[in-house]
Amino acid sequence: MSKEDAIEVMATVLETLPNAMFQVELENKHKVLAHISGKMRKHFIRILPGDRVLVELSPYDLTRGRIIYRYK
Amino acid sequence: MRGPVLKTREEIETMDRANRVVLEILEILRGMIRPGVTTGQLNAVAEEELARRGAKSPFKGYAPMGLPPYPGVVCISVNDVIVHGIPGRERLREGDIVGLDFGSILDGFVGDSAITVGVGEVSEEAASLMDATRECLDLAIEEMRPGKRLGDIGAAVQEHAESRGFHVIRSFVGHGIGRRMHEDPQVQNYGRRGRGLELKEGMVLAVEPMVCVIGEKLAARLEKSSRDGMVQDVRTDPDGWTARTLDGTLAAHFENSIAITADGPRVLGR
Repeated sequence: MSKEDAIEVMATVLETLPNAMFQVELENKHKVLAHISGKMRKHFIRILPGDRVLVELSPYDLTRGRIIYRYK
Repeated sequence: MRGPVLKTREEIETMDRANRVVLEILEILRGMIRPGVTTGQLNAVAEEELARRGAKSPFKGYAPMGLPPYPGVVCISVNDVIVHGIPGRERLREGDIVGLDFGSILDGFVGDSAITVGVGEVSEEAASLMDATRECLDLAIEEMRPGKRLGDIGAAVQEHAESRGFHVIRSFVGHGIGRRMHEDPQVQNYGRRGRGLELKEGMVLAVEPMVCVIGEKLAARLEKSSRDGMVQDVRTDPDGWTARTLDGTLAAHFENSIAITADGPRVLGR
């Protein structure tokens, strides 16, 4: 089964928004609205402002992302 | 955690068995393809054959973030459907081209492969598209040697498809494969030679070129785009899965899972 094309970038979490959404800042200073991935939710991984995270972006909408990893 | 997972020789043997199941069942499905057969019937046979071989389905229940779980064991994509067509009551008709994307899990490892088959007699355009897409995959396989790069694979597919006047779908990509169906790296079907991750012995990649006929809307988007063909080239149905060409033009899809060995590419399952 094919996979959707996606871009992964590192980012820093700026603030927590309602509904498990976060405003994150990418390395290129762009701010993006991101939600937490289901896999992280399943493992109860908390994300707080200041965390460095890996964000997956669709090449077609670069303003929204999915947080797929939190760095230690 | 990120990055390609290298497989040992034993693991590659296991993956070979998992892919043999996939290729065998795809041949059974190919034999069933004729006018009047429904996509649901094909799915039912595939499901039964999997169970008979003691294998499980990596497709059924697969629910990547944001999507409802995929309901079938095989993706059946007719004509303008590029990939991820959901099996149901649709009846195949003479002249249709049918993409069959199938997977298995055997002894903890995933097999993944796809073919596109014509129903009865198909148009010249359809035959040309299917042949070109299969050739794209064969050319891509030739690139899969240690020391080459991911970009070589994508470039091989893109060069061949475009030389035939077709468009390589950008929205979907191939992928590493192993204990999970979708592993790193992403294997794009477009690219530039010499660029990208270096291919190493022990990598197993599912390479799956998706190629379509260029229609008006797509042509317009390609012309306006400055990003070298990186355009939104897919429309998705309300079911969240079924991915169609923008113009309703034909699309073909072929896939193999290939291990990179010291002696060159090994197409698993053959």
